[in-house]
Amino acid sequence: MPEIPSCWARCMVFLDITATIEKRKTLSKLVNRIAHHINIPFTVGGGISSVEDVSILLQNGADKISVNTSAFKNPQLINDLANEFGSQCVVLAIDARQEEDGEWYVYLNGGRTKTNRICFDWAKHGVMLGAGEILLTSMNHDGTKQGFAIDITKQLAENLPVPVIASGGGGSMQHFVDVFESASADAALAASIFHFKEVAIPELKLFLKRKNVDVRL
Amino acid sequence: MHPNANSKNRVVIIKYNAGNIQSVLFALERIGVEAEVTDDTKIIQSADRVIFPGVGEASTAMHYLKERGLDTLIKRLKQPVLGICLGMQLMCRYSEENATDCLGIFDEKVKKFRVQSSELKVPQIGWNSISSLKTTLFSGVMDNSFCYFVHSYYASIGEHTIATTNYDQPYSSGLHRDNFYGVQFHPEKSAEVGEQILKNFLAL
Repeated sequence: MPEIPSCWARCMVFLDITATIEKRKTLSKLVNRIAHHINIPFTVGGGISSVEDVSILLQNGADKISVNTSAFKNPQLINDLANEFGSQCVVLAIDARQEEDGEWYVYLNGGRTKTNRICFDWAKHGVMLGAGEILLTSMNHDGTKQGFAIDITKQLAENLPVPVIASGGGGSMQHFVDVFESASADAALAASIFHFKEVAIPELKLFLKRKNVDVRL
Repeated sequence: MHPNANSKNRVVIIKYNAGNIQSVLFALERIGVEAEVTDDTKIIQSADRVIFPGVGEASTAMHYLKERGLDTLIKRLKQPVLGICLGMQLMCRYSEENATDCLGIFDEKVKKFRVQSSELKVPQIGWNSISSLKTTLFSGVMDNSFCYFVHSYYASIGEHTIATTNYDQPYSSGLHRDNFYGVQFHPEKSAEVGEQILKNFLAL
């Protein structure tokens, strides 16, 4: 089991990113074990393709679920989930890559499959169908630790009526200031820099507060 | 069975068609309390503490409660009762959400957020601070502590307000009357602050 992040984190996301491609379901038992220890909002994603899947995850202690490939292939799923569990429960995860033409395209299956859909259009459509939050991962930035994708995050955050969580590229404390200030992100997600303790969450939050970012301490 | 379960703190969570109670169960478990989830009126009446949770829609939830006689039961409870989120809103007089008459324990009305500023989004999803804290429900909780909120409707400020939060305008994030308490945020998801509030409720 992965180490549970510091008690200073303000939400936790558990994504089984290989779930869809391997055609298996996120292990509800693992979710259950993790949920026992999480006193902050807990989002689970990976391999969710039905109301039934979500029902099981919520019964095992998830607070929200995130959908990606399955929602793209069957957008009605977003609508069904929002009607059944409420929009606040439905996070639309989008993996996007900026191509040579400057446009951001949606990718599926954990970033393995390119589509011709423009990221902003899909996000907007997803919100119309009932997604309550967008988790946006920039594949260009993910893993680089060179900073978050400012332009696409800004476009979504400023034009969509739901919170946008920026993901991919967080490598330093200043990167978080940038994504909140310049891109108006509602939240930022980082994994490896926290897992490997390159950036400590308490220290990051004090840094953001000193930079006048409205941060939840 | 946990020692608390059969001593003074027999905690019951009201089971109805609104929301995800698993998080509440796990949160109680983390502070050493095993709660029972039920809609059995006798068990609810004999509990030491009653938690009335809820994420959902007001009119559907009220309809469900009425069908099972849980509306009158809740109003007559004498032990400490804690409404969470929609649970708190249903304890108010009236909700604008599908023009629903609610339980009327608190006089405050529930209205929909109509934010003036384009920077604020509805529903409010995320962390916000609670202030002007009153009653022992908030013992040991610092003013301006952050809690986790998910809601599109809010209770106005009134004589029963025991905590205030600002989202475009100030509103009641906590309400209290006699043995009834309500919080708009989710203590079960509000980290250490939420745990403190749940502990305080169990100690009332």
